[in-house]
Amino acid sequence: MARSDAVWSEQGTTPDAIEVALRDLLIERHAENERYVPARVLNMIAFVDREWTGEIANRLRGVGRYSPSRLLVLAYEPRRERLDARVTIVSEGEPESGEFVLLRETVVVELGERHLDDLLTIADPLVVTDLPTLLWSPHGHYDIVEVLLALCQAILIDSIDEPIWREAIDRACGLSKQAYVVDLAWLRTTPWRERVAASFDPSRRRPELQAIESVTVRHHPASTVSAMMLAGWLASRLDWQPSSLATRGEELLGKAHAAQSSDGRQDVALRLQSAPALQVRGLEGLTLATTSGKELSLDRGPGGLRARSRDRGGIERSWTIPGASRGEGGILGEGIRQALLRDPTYVPAVRAAQAMLP
Amino acid sequence: MAVAAARPTTGTEAENPLSEGLERLPPPPTTLVIFGATGDLARRKLLPALYNLAHDGALPERFHLIGVARKEKAHEDYRAECEEAIRRYSRRKPDDDVLKVLLENVKYVPGTFDQDSVYAELHKLLDEFEQRAGEPLNRAFYLATDPSFFGPIVDELGRSKLAHHIHAEVRAIIEKPFGTSLEEAIELNRRVLSVFDETQVYRIDHYLGKETVQNMMAFRFANGMFEPLWNRNFIDYVQITAAEDIGIERRASYYDKSGALRDLIQNHMLQLLCHVAMEPPVSFTAEEVRNEKVKVLQAIPAPTPEEIAEMAVRAQYTKGHAGGEDVPGYIEEEGVPHDSVTETYAALRLEVDNWRWAGVPFYLRTGKRLARKLTEVAVTLKPVPHLAFSQAGSLGVQPNQLVLTIQPNEGVSLSLVAKIPGTRMAIRPVNMEFLYGTSFLSQSPEAYERLITDAMRGDATLFTRNDEVEAQWRICDPIVKLWASERDGLAQYEAGSQGPAEAERLLREGHRWRAI
Repeated sequence: MARSDAVWSEQGTTPDAIEVALRDLLIERHAENERYVPARVLNMIAFVDREWTGEIANRLRGVGRYSPSRLLVLAYEPRRERLDARVTIVSEGEPESGEFVLLRETVVVELGERHLDDLLTIADPLVVTDLPTLLWSPHGHYDIVEVLLALCQAILIDSIDEPIWREAIDRACGLSKQAYVVDLAWLRTTPWRERVAASFDPSRRRPELQAIESVTVRHHPASTVSAMMLAGWLASRLDWQPSSLATRGEELLGKAHAAQSSDGRQDVALRLQSAPALQVRGLEGLTLATTSGKELSLDRGPGGLRARSRDRGGIERSWTIPGASRGEGGILGEGIRQALLRDPTYVPAVRAAQAMLP
Repeated sequence: MAVAAARPTTGTEAENPLSEGLERLPPPPTTLVIFGATGDLARRKLLPALYNLAHDGALPERFHLIGVARKEKAHEDYRAECEEAIRRYSRRKPDDDVLKVLLENVKYVPGTFDQDSVYAELHKLLDEFEQRAGEPLNRAFYLATDPSFFGPIVDELGRSKLAHHIHAEVRAIIEKPFGTSLEEAIELNRRVLSVFDETQVYRIDHYLGKETVQNMMAFRFANGMFEPLWNRNFIDYVQITAAEDIGIERRASYYDKSGALRDLIQNHMLQLLCHVAMEPPVSFTAEEVRNEKVKVLQAIPAPTPEEIAEMAVRAQYTKGHAGGEDVPGYIEEEGVPHDSVTETYAALRLEVDNWRWAGVPFYLRTGKRLARKLTEVAVTLKPVPHLAFSQAGSLGVQPNQLVLTIQPNEGVSLSLVAKIPGTRMAIRPVNMEFLYGTSFLSQSPEAYERLITDAMRGDATLFTRNDEVEAQWRICDPIVKLWASERDGLAQYEAGSQGPAEAERLLREGHRWRAI
C-alpha cells in the first residue's frame, strides 16, 4: 500500500507552533482530497531516551493497524537546551474507489532537563482532546511517569522489562491505583488464559476446577513475572489464598490455600519453572493436575499449543491446538488496543502475584 | 484510575469463573461437518474463516472438519483443495505451521447426500474422533449445498440418528436461501423441525454477522439522542439501499432462478429494516432480539396482487458502462437465457403498521450493475415547519438525513444545515461524519468467522428463527408469485446507472431516492 507523508519541522519551537503546524497539515491534506480523514481513536505519549528513539520507532512500526491515531514522542536528552519538533502525517495509501484513507499523526518533540518542569504544558496542547490517552515510558523515568499520568487514562508497561522482577509486580500494583494498566507481561499470558478457561467448558468439565491440586508454569528465564501473573490469575479467579513462594534452584515453589472441595482438597501446589531453552519471552507451558488424577498440559509448539491430557485411568492423549504466535510487534499492538478496553481481572491477578512474592 | 476488582466466583454449572475478562472464549470441542464441501461458499468463505479462527487460536480445543461432497476423492486430495482455497481466499497470509495443524484434522466423505453410506461413514468418523478424544464432542452440520438438498440432508441426518447426541450438542447450520417461496420455507421448516429442535437450528443470514449491522442496535439503543426522534412524529421516510456495481459474474444458474428480490430483499434487507424499526429488546439474548424483529415483520402487511404494481418495481440491466468498461446487459451474460425476465433490480415501498411507524414509508432497493457498490440505511427527518432562510444564496436545503453506511465506508453521517460564511444569511447542507475506521483500531472479523464461532458456541442471536424466515417470506411471496406469472412490467436500466426511472413512482410526494 502506498504511503505518503506530510512533514513539518522546526528548531527552537513552541507547543503552540507545533499545534498550529499539525492543524495546518491536516487541513492541507483534507483540501488535497476530502477522502483523507484523520484517525481519532487514541493518543499515545511515549517518553523515551532520545538515543533510543529509532528503536522505539521501529517497535511501533511493527504494530501495524494498531498504531495510535496521534503519537506524541517526547524524546529526552538531559542536556538539551532547545525544544525541537517534527510533525509527520502519514496516510496509508491513496484514496481510491470512494474509500477513505486514514491519516495518522506523529509528533516528535526533543527536549531536555530544563523542560521537565513544564512538561505538562508542552504535552497537553499536543494530544487530541476527548480521546483516551495512553502513556508509555519504556526506559523507566518513573518520576516523569508520575507527572504525565495527569494527562493519561491508561499506562502501558512491560513488567518483564523491569530488571528486578519482584519490583515489577509491586510497581504494577502501585500504578494500577493511579491509572488503567496495560501490561504486556499480562498480555503474553492471554492465549494461555483463554485455553485454560476453555478447558473447563463445556459445563460438565466445570467441577474439575475445584479439584485442581497443582499448577506448574514453565517460563522464559526473563519472564518470571508472566508466570506469576498466570498463577495469580488462577488464584484470584478461583478464590485461592496464595502464600509466598520459595526459591529452589531454577524454580519457585509454594502453595495456595483453597476452599475445601468435596474430595478433601485443601491446598494447591504452585510451581514456576524456568525454561532456559525457550527462545522467546513469555511462557513455555503449563500443567494442571486434579485430585481425580487428571492432568492437562499445554506447551508451545509449531503451529499452536501442544496439548497433552491424562485421564483418571492413566490414559494419555496428545494433540495440537492451532494458533499463530503474535510476535513482539503483535503483543505491543495488542497492548495499544487494550488501552481502549478494560480487563477487570488484571488487578486481582497481580495482587495475588504480589502475595506470592518470595 | 484504579479498576475495581472483579469478584471471583466459584465453579458452577452456570458460569466459568475463568472466562471473566477474556475477550473471547474458544467454543467447546466440536466436529464441523460441511455438506457441499467443495462448493464456492466453502472454498471462498468457510475454509478461509476456519483458517483465520485457527490462526487467532479461536477454534475449539479439539476441532475436526469433515467435508462431504459428491466427487470421489481421498482425504489427502481434499486437504490439498482446502489448502489451495485458504491460500487463495484467506484475509491474511496463512502461517504454514498453523495451516498444517488445521489440515491434519480434516477428513473427506464422498457421496451423494441421499446415500446411506455417507451417513454411515460420518457416524464412523464422528465416533472415531470421540474415541480418540476420550469424551463426547459437539457436532455442527453445516449445510452449504444447493438449497434443494437441505431437506434431504436433514431427513438423512434424522434417519441415521445423527441429529441428537446424548452427551453433546448437535447443531444444524443452514445457509440461505431458506426456501424460494413461503410454501417452501414452511415445508423446509417442517422438515427441519421434525428432526431438530429449533434451539439446534442456525439459519444463516451473513448480513447479521457484519459488525456494522450489529452496531445498528448499539447506535439506536445506547445513544439517548436518537431514540426520542425515532418514530413517525419526526421521521419522514426510511430508505434502505443495497447496490452492487458488479454483474452476476459466473452465478447465472443461481441468479436467474433467484432474482434480486429473493437474493437480497427477502432476507438481508428485511433484516436491516428490522434493525431500524424494532423496539428495544428487554435483553440482548437471542430470543429477545428475535422476538422484537418478528414483531416488526408481522407489522408489515403482505401486499395484495392489486397493490403490488403500486409498491414494487422490478427491472433488468441492459448493456452500459461500469468501472470504465463496456459491459453487457443481463441477457447477454454467459449462462443467462435470452428471454429471461429475472429482475436484477427490485425496489419496494413497505409500511410498518404499528404505533411507532404508522404512515412512514420504508423504501428498499437493490440491484446489480448500479453506479457503485453501496449498502446504507438513510433516515430522513421531517422538514422544519418554517424555513426563515429563503433568501437568495441558500443552496439545496433539505431535511436532515441520518445515514448509516454499511459498506464501503462504514459509518454514520448526519446532514445538517449551516450558514455559508459571508455577510448574508445564506445556508446550505453540510455533513457531520463519523467513520468507523477512524475510531477503532481493530478490524472487523469476517462475518463467517463470527457466525461459525457463534454456532459452535450455541449463540443464536445472529441467526434467523423459523417464524422470522416465514414472516419474511409472507411479505415477499406475493410479489415473487406475481412477477413469476407476468412477463410484462419488467423495466430496464443501463448498466452503471442509478437504476430504472420507474422506481420514482414508488416515492411519495417530496421524497427522493438518494444518489447511489
